[in-house]
Amino acid sequence: MVSKQPVNQELLALNGDEAVALAVKQSNVDVVAAYPITPQTIIVEKFSEYVANGEVTTEYICTESEHSAISASIAASLTGARTFTASASAGLALMHEILFVASGSRAPIVMAVANRALSAPINIHGDHSDSMAQRDSGWIHIYVETAQEAYDSILQAFKIAEDLDVSLPIIVGLDGFAISHTLENVNVLPDEAVAQFVDERVLPMVVTHEGKTVPFKLDPDSPMTMGPNVSPAFYFEFKRQQDEAMKNALQKIQDVNAKYAELSGRSYGNGLIDTYQLEDAEIAVVVIGSTAGTLKVMIDELRSEGIKAGLLRLRTFRPFPVEQLQNALKHLKVLAVMDKSMSFGGFGGPLFNEVRTTLFDLKQHPIVVNYLFGIGGRDSNPHNLRKIFENMQQIAKTGQVDTVVHYLNLRE
Amino acid sequence: MSGQEKSWKELMFAAVSPKPSTDFLTGDWKTFTPVYDKEKCVGCLQCAMLCPEGAIIWNAAAGKVEFNFNYCKGCGICANECRVKVISMSMPDKEE
Repeated sequence: MVSKQPVNQELLALNGDEAVALAVKQSNVDVVAAYPITPQTIIVEKFSEYVANGEVTTEYICTESEHSAISASIAASLTGARTFTASASAGLALMHEILFVASGSRAPIVMAVANRALSAPINIHGDHSDSMAQRDSGWIHIYVETAQEAYDSILQAFKIAEDLDVSLPIIVGLDGFAISHTLENVNVLPDEAVAQFVDERVLPMVVTHEGKTVPFKLDPDSPMTMGPNVSPAFYFEFKRQQDEAMKNALQKIQDVNAKYAELSGRSYGNGLIDTYQLEDAEIAVVVIGSTAGTLKVMIDELRSEGIKAGLLRLRTFRPFPVEQLQNALKHLKVLAVMDKSMSFGGFGGPLFNEVRTTLFDLKQHPIVVNYLFGIGGRDSNPHNLRKIFENMQQIAKTGQVDTVVHYLNLRE
Repeated sequence: MSGQEKSWKELMFAAVSPKPSTDFLTGDWKTFTPVYDKEKCVGCLQCAMLCPEGAIIWNAAAGKVEFNFNYCKGCGICANECRVKVISMSMPDKEE
């Protein structure tokens, strides 16, 4: 659906982390405050090189921990500065408390998370445990499939987060190692095209205690109270405002995805969900992240055998695109939701729970099963993934579900 | 908080305060209220120094302390620390 001719782009060989660093460099970011952690390290290494070489004017703050990195990011963002940070795993977990301060303070920080497992036992490899544990922190969550999408999504993230109807922080999740460290061909936009696309940050206007209407920023000339103590008589209302901002983001993510497609020639479904061979499918998988790539190859194979298999990659996890998922999945006979994180003692993984709940209100809905996979970087090769479709075919044929929650490629 | 407050749609962005902090009175948080015998007060200022809210003020002309009930939270430190024991904490009949 691209009407205009996209701009000429340069093809570079970049891994996901380098693609993120380059996108940040091009986005005229005022402040980066970060602390390195595997597999996010290359992002901050690469960006600090840009700073050291004088290639950016960004203020780079080396902090002593991730708790400090996110705290500094909030302060910077609240002065009106465009702000970026990045983390993963234990680092993101250490930020937990402050993530809520960022969203509650409506600080539109962009954070790349190179998704990695949590300790213990210690494991540096990719799964979604870290950002799924921050599900309710009030941040927008976008997950990418490729290094190209990581680059594109960081540029889009500033547009989404800083939109006046949104004004929320955003996490862009890229799978640790599978995306963060894997070299890919990445089409890169010219600096000027990015500068024009991301534009300058515009600030919301607020009325201060002095009765002045001023931009929302920490400014000695227009003092204001931020993050005040709020009594039970008001707190709930401010949380409701955050929920509304998330709903606004649902539209904004789609708008930015479309606008970016005009510029670059690339789009990711409607920005919320990205489907493959789903329209006439009878059985399908819902997945987040890089595994979608392997699944597409698998679906081509199944289709060549006459099996009507399809895929829905959930790109935006928060805000959760309820209507879009209902419309896209309602015709299926069987659906397998894949979770790359676990909720111990719960009924399957977090994505399974929410997708299944979403379909509950439909008059007719598919049978939904759950596959926990890729935990701690466990490989999910075509051989394993094929078993999911074989199981769905069996369920479609018999209508019988033996097991709802499966562990893919686990030694029993 | 009583009366008609603004809805979530009308309230300010990000809880930016529309009033200075001095306009937010906290005196109605209290359960107990200090009552003191002005005649017996020796003006030592122990209570004023130890009040965590700065709600006890020295009236130089009268040579006595005064309570600012807009901010007194009724903690009772003044009554506990008064060396001549002329401050007591009472629970007034609440009629609102």
